[in-house]
Amino acid sequence: MGQETNTREYKKYKKESQVREIWRRFRKSRVAMIGLILLACIILVAIFADVITPYERAIEQHGADRFTPPCGQYLFGTDHLGRDMFARIVHGSRYSLLIGISTSLLSLVIGGLIGAFCGYYGGAFDNLVMRLMDVLMSVPPVLLSLAVVAALGADLKNLLVAMTISCVPGTVRLVRSVVISVADQDYIEAAHSYGGGDWRIILKYVLPNAMGPIIVSTTMNISAMILSAAGLSFIGMGVQPPAPEWGSLLNESRAHMFEAPYLLYVPGICILLTALGFNLVGDGLRDALDPKLKD
Amino acid sequence: MTRYVLKRLLLTIPVLLGTIFLVFTIMSLTPGDPGTLILGATAKAEDIAKLNAEFGYDQPFFARFFNYVGDIVLHFDFGESYRTRAPVFDEILARFPNTLRLALLSMVISSAIGTFLGIYSAVKQYSFVDSFMTVMAMVFACMPGFWLGLMLMLLFAVRLQWLPVSGLENWQSYILPVVTSVLSGAAGTLRLTRSTMLETIRQDYIRTARAKGASERTVIWRHAFKNALLPVITSWGMGFGASLGGTIIIETVFAIPGLGTLIVTAIRQKDVPTVLACTLFLSVMFCLIMLVVDILYAFIDPRVKAKMK
Repeated sequence: MGQETNTREYKKYKKESQVREIWRRFRKSRVAMIGLILLACIILVAIFADVITPYERAIEQHGADRFTPPCGQYLFGTDHLGRDMFARIVHGSRYSLLIGISTSLLSLVIGGLIGAFCGYYGGAFDNLVMRLMDVLMSVPPVLLSLAVVAALGADLKNLLVAMTISCVPGTVRLVRSVVISVADQDYIEAAHSYGGGDWRIILKYVLPNAMGPIIVSTTMNISAMILSAAGLSFIGMGVQPPAPEWGSLLNESRAHMFEAPYLLYVPGICILLTALGFNLVGDGLRDALDPKLKD
Repeated sequence: MTRYVLKRLLLTIPVLLGTIFLVFTIMSLTPGDPGTLILGATAKAEDIAKLNAEFGYDQPFFARFFNYVGDIVLHFDFGESYRTRAPVFDEILARFPNTLRLALLSMVISSAIGTFLGIYSAVKQYSFVDSFMTVMAMVFACMPGFWLGLMLMLLFAVRLQWLPVSGLENWQSYILPVVTSVLSGAAGTLRLTRSTMLETIRQDYIRTARAKGASERTVIWRHAFKNALLPVITSWGMGFGASLGGTIIIETVFAIPGLGTLIVTAIRQKDVPTVLACTLFLSVMFCLIMLVVDILYAFIDPRVKAKMK
């Protein structure tokens, strides 16, 4: 019994200290911490959106209060249908986070598996997949998403599909290259000689050791995905009104930019801050995970 | 060298074919057939069938695909628009110069500014200018381009009335769209150039160059920049891809008659041939630019040149 517990204890200790080590280094960067606090605030707003203000307020139309500039009752003013912009912005945070995080994670899972498989086995399959990725990457991402949305129709679900497809090739390439560099290491050889199955080795030894760059790029991807989702919604090819996604808020308010420019300021700043938050955290993680910068 | 260029050109053909196939497949997922789309669901069945046959829609998928590619290669024919029944290519040809001009202008200016400022930032690391640049680049990289465009429009076109609000009538109307996409494009190039330069400056051969008494300017431009150039050139190419993508959205902001606005309208009208052709056109542009980047690589990097021999 003794040895078993010891190993487990050791593993737990080791894992904890590694995370703690990374956290210690992450915390040292003031910019990264600003990003983290920013993100924490936005995520909290998204989680407690219903507590802050009920969803009804975001879609309720007050005909008498159309185009009210920001005031005590309507913190960010009202739009052309007399809807409370504050409530719309608060609830919009859910869309941006949902889209950004889910597309990045989805493409991480899909691209990660394909990339790991290709990098680990190489050969004809790898070649075929990489040529396919070349083709996918030869269409600029926004355009690829647009084509998918054009074919399937513009709504939230299709937007998620479209953006995941445009995000996968990059992930495949990244994971593949990291896996190739890890698969050469001696401990993988050792795992082989222990008789570990291929999938076990990939999932247990290769991927965890390749995690650093992958985590960083996923964080960065979230930021990029939030920006392109906003862009697609802005041209009416993403989340559809009346859903208060930030990009489509801008789309709706654009027609009234001369009489109510205040409607344009806040959604843009929200998109900017959310993307910035993920980007700063990603930068911080990159530095914290880089063993070369340990001191 | 010529052999390398030729080989690279030949390798582009399967990628282009693959791209056409990909976009064609995606677009053929569109529900409904051209007959129903044009005539409406209430039209007579034989009329719909007749129109479908006219568009070649009664044929199986692969036959349609090969016809499409054949028409493009042999007659430069991208099909007919479902809406106007005019050749799609005419509409594209009329609008393409606008998009190309915007994308190229933004790419050239943002590459130049981004690279130069990136080098400056790296050379003066930790200075005030460097911190300022880094922060600005971060902010502009995270700023949605269309929103930046709207804000610039509000300030310079609506409030100050220095520049036209939209359209592309004279050279002044290029300023706002180009500035919008330059600001986000330059931010990316700046960040990449800075980090690549910082890495290069720490190399031993830079120390050697300094030790042998080369002037700072020679060290930076001849030794450091030349070695940092490869990833930077890639970022120029990627920047072009980004500005093509960005142009689609920015064109909508400034109501510019280009491929971006064409594609958005075509999607709304379910005009599949137009969407298909626009997407192809822009993707081919992107492929060609990446081809140029690859060939530039060979000219610049002696390692690639050596491999070719």
